Amino acid sequence: MNGAADMGGMMGFGPVQPEPEHVRFHAAWEKRVLAMTLAMGATGQWNIDQSRSARESLPPPQYLAKSYYEIWLAGLERLMAERGLVSAEEIEAGRVLAPPKQLPRILKAEAVPAVLAKGGPTERETTQPARFKIGDRVRAKNMHPAGHTRLPRYVRGHVGIVELLHGMHVFPDASARGEAEQPQWLYTVRFAARELWGEAADPTLSVSVDAWDSYLEAA
Amino acid sequence: MELRVRALESILVEKGYVDPAALDVLIETYETKVGPHNGAQVVAKAWSDPAYRDWLRRDATAAIVSLGYAGRQGEHMVAVENTPDTHNMVVCTLCSCYPWPVLGLPPVWYKSAAYRSRAVIDPRGVLKDFGVTLPADKQIKLWDSTAEVRYLVIPERPPGTEGWSEERLAKLVTRDSMIGTGLARNPDEVSP
Repeated sequence: MNGAADMGGMMGFGPVQPEPEHVRFHAAWEKRVLAMTLAMGATGQWNIDQSRSARESLPPPQYLAKSYYEIWLAGLERLMAERGLVSAEEIEAGRVLAPPKQLPRILKAEAVPAVLAKGGPTERETTQPARFKIGDRVRAKNMHPAGHTRLPRYVRGHVGIVELLHGMHVFPDASARGEAEQPQWLYTVRFAARELWGEAADPTLSVSVDAWDSYLEAA
Repeated sequence: MELRVRALESILVEKGYVDPAALDVLIETYETKVGPHNGAQVVAKAWSDPAYRDWLRRDATAAIVSLGYAGRQGEHMVAVENTPDTHNMVVCTLCSCYPWPVLGLPPVWYKSAAYRSRAVIDPRGVLKDFGVTLPADKQIKLWDSTAEVRYLVIPERPPGTEGWSEERLAKLVTRDSMIGTGLARNPDEVSP
């Protein structure tokens, strides 16, 4: 969806505020939100694309007004409410009002290192040849799906060059709908800044995005 | 927020969905164990060992796993190397994708609207916010991490570091230099 999370090229947010390397959080509660999000994610009740979609499809006024971990909290609350794990009423009341659902998997402390080390690779077996090769000219489709997508608005309709091939990866647009993974070839496509931003753009700049096969057409 | 988050945690614990000790381990892992010192080892090795550098360019995931840095948010790695002609910089305009095993959790600014919006259209302006000015004719390659591929910038090795050990070289490698919003430290900025 054309939501507020798709920020590339927006203006008016002011300067970037660098911080020392040891600063990872701005408040203690942010750590708990991070950890709860990771731990609930490990229960397998949703995938990473559903998790991103829950955050990124927040109404733009809310998304833009919230801090990063406030967005994560809102996403987590939404995912749990949709699945009947914790209701909106329970969140408002701040206490348990209904019995729990049985979850097949709970992340235990001793399992954390192994779960983090395993991660969640998204590359799948190659079942068909790639449609494009390195150096091919491709156009990012002018498409505006109402659901989750990973094709940023600022490249849509523009022509770039295939720079890298990454094998076949889980297709997030489908995965976010809870459908089968439908893996597709994943490419890195490089765009000249002047192609994206016009004549006044920095002539030394190129911008590369990772794009799934169905986001692209030959150009 | 503090109260709302504490209440939610107690609900999740009472319902048996989360193990509170697991939450502590997760936080401890990303506060104390995983961080940019991992990535600095990768870069220092790439600077000192040409065979490793080639491997890193060819198959960054495997080369990085060989040093023990693997897993969540680093499943598919690509290393991009700065040269005298080209500067690389990484962003995630859509959310906050970042190579956790080598750099740890992303800094707050990396996730900010200011960085995500401007990096792809005005990277020189962003670099100015970090006090970095690149030569006007240097090519800038911006990498927007829109999939599960994670990018690690290999900064240029500073001059005057010939013969340095990997351990000493690693001290020159800052987090920002591996995102591309900074450069490696000069030799006189670190203790011998």
